Amino acid sequence: MVLNMVERLGASVVTRVQEMGRMLLFVLSAFAWLTRPPFRFSHMLKQLHFIGYKSTFVVVLTAGFTGMVLALQGYYSLRKFGSEGLLGSAVALSMIRELGPVLAALMVTARAGSAMTAEVGIMRITEQIDALDTMAINPMQYLIAPKLVAGLIGVPLLVAIFDVVGIYGGYVVGVDLLGVNAGSYWNSIESAVEWKDIYGGILKSISFGLIITWICSYKGYHTRQSAEGLGTATTEAVVLSSVVILVWDYFLTSVLL
Amino acid sequence: MTSMIKLIGIEKKLGGQPVLQGVDLSIPVGKLTTIIGGSGSGKSVLLKHMIGLLQPDRGEVWIGDVEISRLSGTKLNDVRKRFAMLFQGAALFDSLSVFENVAFPLREKLRMKGPEVARRVEEKLAQVGLTGMGHKFPAELSGGMRKRAGLARALVMEPEIILFDEPTTGLDPLMAKSIHDLIVATQRRFGFTAVMVSHEIPEIFAISDWVAMLRNGKIAAMAPAAEFQQIADPDIQEFISVGGTVVLPGSHVG
Repeated sequence: MVLNMVERLGASVVTRVQEMGRMLLFVLSAFAWLTRPPFRFSHMLKQLHFIGYKSTFVVVLTAGFTGMVLALQGYYSLRKFGSEGLLGSAVALSMIRELGPVLAALMVTARAGSAMTAEVGIMRITEQIDALDTMAINPMQYLIAPKLVAGLIGVPLLVAIFDVVGIYGGYVVGVDLLGVNAGSYWNSIESAVEWKDIYGGILKSISFGLIITWICSYKGYHTRQSAEGLGTATTEAVVLSSVVILVWDYFLTSVLL
Repeated sequence: MTSMIKLIGIEKKLGGQPVLQGVDLSIPVGKLTTIIGGSGSGKSVLLKHMIGLLQPDRGEVWIGDVEISRLSGTKLNDVRKRFAMLFQGAALFDSLSVFENVAFPLREKLRMKGPEVARRVEEKLAQVGLTGMGHKFPAELSGGMRKRAGLARALVMEPEIILFDEPTTGLDPLMAKSIHDLIVATQRRFGFTAVMVSHEIPEIFAISDWVAMLRNGKIAAMAPAAEFQQIADPDIQEFISVGGTVVLPGSHVG
């Protein structure tokens, strides 16, 4: 009985370690293929359009309301100390350092990451990936590598938009609705935000871009041959990406601070 | 006979279950060879070994004078350039139109551009009876038309070897016959080496040059189509006699 449990525990650990190894080899292989011709810039742009441009609306919407609620909450906290003037810096720092990268990444996972897993997964189930192989076209190079590059470029750009829209959302609530002085809102941002904060946010967003496209395309690529397999793969991709984003965010923040 | 593909002692386990248990098989050059066998006997698995989509646990796969079972990357791709494969579901790219699907290997592999691509694609679409269908997307096609488009994509690179994975599964008998006729006609015309996995007994005896049967993970028999039907082995006779000759009780077929 006890031996059985130990055995099962061991087997599950071995399976997980093997899976992690496969994931690492997957991403290394994609980057290795990226360095070899032919270079398919049009594919990369198409993926960038899908991951980046098409996620803009949902990112702007999320950013606007996040900035607004931050201003609302921040105003009531700061007013207790008579420091409403610092509202701008409170909104901007939370946005740039934390909420922008994390929330934008979670939205991209939900919108583009899940679709990516489903797309690659269907290509796996219907043997389209095998078809690429038989045509002597490497699927890692043709299919996966452009997605990784698009994630690395697209997510930081979306995060930048998120930050700006969020800060304006905070402005609308703080200045227009709650009567904080416009000059002090911008001034507090200017004096509080340092280059280090922006740099940290960019670093986070680049790593999130990689995490999303890596996990979501890996899960799709290794989909099991059934409709149920595709559903499982998509769920796993979204859950794992979201969890890894939050865990990685903690570690990166603790290093960057 | 000169062989184009030679499998020696191929063994393969999938999910812990032995599927192939020592397959020895020679595919003659320029002929249509059909592999038959029960469902789940590993026919498709065997086909995938020939083009390196699966690697054997043990054994060798020779394509001409190259052993491919341990090749990968560019070296394997060099061998694959001699191949085309028609998949069970045709495996057309859903995001591309029929024209773009057929043009795909020309554009991506040969880096061809402009009117030459259009000329070759239209020519192949005409050969498979899909003239004027180039603008349609795979989702808008019937099963038979999808197989035809898949065949056009396989033919467009003018490969030496074409593998057909159950090309008529899921089609009505008339459509199945027209796909068979098309395969035979193009094979005779271009002279490529064809390997087909099929359940269509007895139709395949009329169209194949050679027939091989896979049973219990091994090749039970291989012979020219006409001779294959005369093999005395009771298991083989039972398997090939079931197709087409079963008369259900109460039916008036005959």
